[in-house]
Amino acid sequence: MARMTMREAISRALWEEMERDESVFIMGEEVGVWGGTYAVTKGFYDHFGPDRVKDTPIAETAIVGGAIGAALTGLRPVAELMTINFAFVAMDHIVNEAAKLHYMFAGQFKLPLVIRATSGGGRQLGATHSQTPDAIFAHFPGLKVVSPGTPADAKGLLKSAIRSDDPVLFIENATLYQVKGEVPEDKDYLEPLGKSKVQREGDDVTIVAYSKMVQAALQAADMLAEDGIEAEVVDLRSLRPLDMDPVIASFKRTNRAVVAEEGWRSFGVGSEVSARIYELAFDYVDAPVKRVAQAEVPLPYNADLEQLALPQVEDIYLAAKEVVYG
Amino acid sequence: MAELVTMPKLGFDMAEGTLVRWVKAEGDTVEKGDVIAEIETDKATVEVESSFAGVMFKHLAEEGEDLPVNTPIAVVADEGEKPSEDEIESLVSAAGGKTKKAKAPKAEKEPESEEKKSEVEADAAPAEKDEPDVAPAGGVRSSPLARRIASDKDVDLSDVQGSGPRGRIVKKDIEAYLDSMRSEGREEEAEAVGRALQPIAFSTGEIPEDQVVAMSRLRQAISRRMQDSNQNFPHFYLTREYKTGALMQMRKDINALLPEADKVSVNDFIIKAVALALRQYPNLNARIEDDSHIRRFGQVNIGVAVAVEGGLMTVVVENADQKPIRLIGREVREMAERAREGKVRNEDIMGSTFSISNLGMFGIDEFAAIINPPEAAILAVSAVQDKPVVEDGELKVGSRMKATLSADHRVTDGAEAAEFMQVLANYLEEPMRLFL
Repeated sequence: MARMTMREAISRALWEEMERDESVFIMGEEVGVWGGTYAVTKGFYDHFGPDRVKDTPIAETAIVGGAIGAALTGLRPVAELMTINFAFVAMDHIVNEAAKLHYMFAGQFKLPLVIRATSGGGRQLGATHSQTPDAIFAHFPGLKVVSPGTPADAKGLLKSAIRSDDPVLFIENATLYQVKGEVPEDKDYLEPLGKSKVQREGDDVTIVAYSKMVQAALQAADMLAEDGIEAEVVDLRSLRPLDMDPVIASFKRTNRAVVAEEGWRSFGVGSEVSARIYELAFDYVDAPVKRVAQAEVPLPYNADLEQLALPQVEDIYLAAKEVVYG
Repeated sequence: MAELVTMPKLGFDMAEGTLVRWVKAEGDTVEKGDVIAEIETDKATVEVESSFAGVMFKHLAEEGEDLPVNTPIAVVADEGEKPSEDEIESLVSAAGGKTKKAKAPKAEKEPESEEKKSEVEADAAPAEKDEPDVAPAGGVRSSPLARRIASDKDVDLSDVQGSGPRGRIVKKDIEAYLDSMRSEGREEEAEAVGRALQPIAFSTGEIPEDQVVAMSRLRQAISRRMQDSNQNFPHFYLTREYKTGALMQMRKDINALLPEADKVSVNDFIIKAVALALRQYPNLNARIEDDSHIRRFGQVNIGVAVAVEGGLMTVVVENADQKPIRLIGREVREMAERAREGKVRNEDIMGSTFSISNLGMFGIDEFAAIINPPEAAILAVSAVQDKPVVEDGELKVGSRMKATLSADHRVTDGAEAAEFMQVLANYLEEPMRLFL
C-alpha cells in the first residue's frame, strides 16, 4: 500500500499497463509533450516515445474515431477527452460505433478501447464545461461506464478497463484528483467492472453514490454518526453494468435510502437507482427514497451560485435525516 | 365521457358473480387500475380493477347482489362530468344490458380545502408536502414495509399511531404498538398475533352433536363440477410406476445451485414432463367440442390442483412446454400462495387444458383423480418412495413413483393413453430430456 492522490493512482495504472502490454497506447489533446491537461501523463512521452503517446488535433471526433479504428485492428487505445463535455462532439462515434460494433458484426470484432474523460463542476469553468452528463452515456447498452470515487478504485478499475475487451468510458471527476488514499502497489491489482462496493457500513440508512459524491457521502455519514445515525455508503463505481445487489442487500436492512449524484436529478442515476429499489424491494420501503442532485439549471459561473447549485455534503446529511424522520 | 363498468367474466364457466363490496364510493376519484369493487365467484374472491380514470359517478348495483356476467355495475365519469339518467340508460342499452332504476347519486362531496403553494421549485421533483392532503385508499397512510409487517403480525393498521410525515405509519410505529400490547399485560395477545391457535381436542366423554354447515360457493362449485364429470365423462384409468432415481438426483443437483426461494419441486419436473409428452399426444390435450367434434388445444396449459381452505383450486401454468422448470416452479408457487390467501387472479385459474393432482407430499401410494371438466384427462401423482426393486435379476433399492391417468373414453382410448404414459416415462426416467 502507498498513500497517493487519485491523479497519481490513475497515472500509475496507465504506466503499469503500458509497461505490461505493448499494444496499449494513449492519445488525446496535450497528453504528450505537455504531459496532460491534468498532468496525468507527465513523463509518459519521454519514457514511451511519440508512437505510444500521441498528441492529437483539437478534434474529438478524430480522437474517438481513430481510437476505435486502432482497437479494431487489435491495439488497446486509451483515448483522453479533455472533458466529457467535448464527448458530445464525438457522440456518434461513442454511442453508434463503439457501443455497437461488437454486436452488429456478430462478435467478429472486439473493441478493447478506453475513453478517459473528466466530469463534474465546481471550478468556475462555466455552464458548457462543468457538466456531469454521466447518465446519458450509461443509457446505451454496449458501453461500459465506470467512475471511481477513491484513489484505490481509480487504479484498480482503470487497469481492469484497459484489460477489458469491451469499450469503456472511464469518467474521472476533476475535483477528486487531489483526494488522497491508500492504494495497492501490486501491478496486477484489479477491481472488477460492474460491481458496486460498500465503502462504509451502517444499519440506519443507505446512501448510494458514485464518484465525487462517494467522498461527500462519507463526510455526511460522519456528521450523521454524531447524531447517532449509522449510514451505509454504497459506491456504484460502474453505472453500466449497474450492480444493485449491495444496494438492495443494504436497503433490506435499513429500509431507507438516499441516492446522491452530481448530475441533474431528472432522468438521472438517482432516478434509475430509486426505481430499481422500488422494483426489487418494495415491501422493504419504510420511507420514500430521496434523491440528492444538482439544481436543474445550467451551472452558474459565479462561484457562490455554482456551489449553491451543486449538491453538497449538507444536502446528503439533510436528506438522510429526512428519510429516517430523525 | 362516461364509461360503464360491467360484471367481469372470470373464467369460461362463470355465469354470475356476487358483488361483495364497493371499494370506491360514489364521488371517489378513480385511477386506471384502481380496485373499485370485490367480486365473489364460485372460485374465488377477485378484485375488479377500473379500466378508466375519472370519478366513480354512480353504482348500478348494491353490495350482496348476484349479477350475470357483463351486467353494468357502475358508471365512471370524467371529473366534473354529470351524465343524466337518460344518458346512462342509453349507455346501458348500448351495452346490451338493463339496469334497475338506480338511486340518485349523492351530492358531490365538498372538495377538501387545498392549500396552493405559490412557490414552485425550479427543481422538477415535486415535494411530498405539495400533494393535496387526501388519505389514500383504505384511509391509513403507511409505508409498504409497515403494511407487510402489519399483515405478517395480523395488526390492524387503524389501531396504530403513525409518526412519519402526515401521520404515515412506519416500521417503528408497528414495533412500538406490539411493544405496548406486551407491556399492557396483553402478552398472550401479542404472542398470539399471526398464529391462531386451535385448542387441542381431547376426549371428555362428551360426544358432540351433528353439525350442518353451509357449503361455500367454492364447495358448491366443486360439488357440481365433479358430479358432472364423474357422471357424464366415461373415465378409464391407467397406472404406471416410474423410476425416479435420476430425477431425484438431478433435482438435488439443480437445487444446490438455486437460492432457497427458487428451489424446484418434483412436481415442477412432472409439469414440464407432462407438457412435453402432451405435445406428442394432442388428443389428450383436448376437450369435447360438440357431439361430432373434438378441440385439440394449441397451447399446453397445465392445471395444478392446489388445496385451499374448504376445497381445491386449479392454478394454471400457461404454455408449460415452453417454460424452463425454474420458471414453472416460481409461477406455481406464486399462484398457489395467492390461491391459499383467497387472492387468486383471474389469469391464474383460467384456460387449463390438462390437469395434474399430486398427493405425494401426503405419502399416498396410488390414487385416481376425477377429470377436471371439460378437459380430456388428468394425471394423479403419488409419492416418490424408496422400495425394493428387481433390476437385472437382483434385488435392489430403487426410487419409484406411481402415477395414474384418468382419461375420457369419448376422446381417447386405452392404447393411446398407455403410449402417453410410456412417453412420459422417457422424460421422467431420463430427465435430461426435459432440458433438450
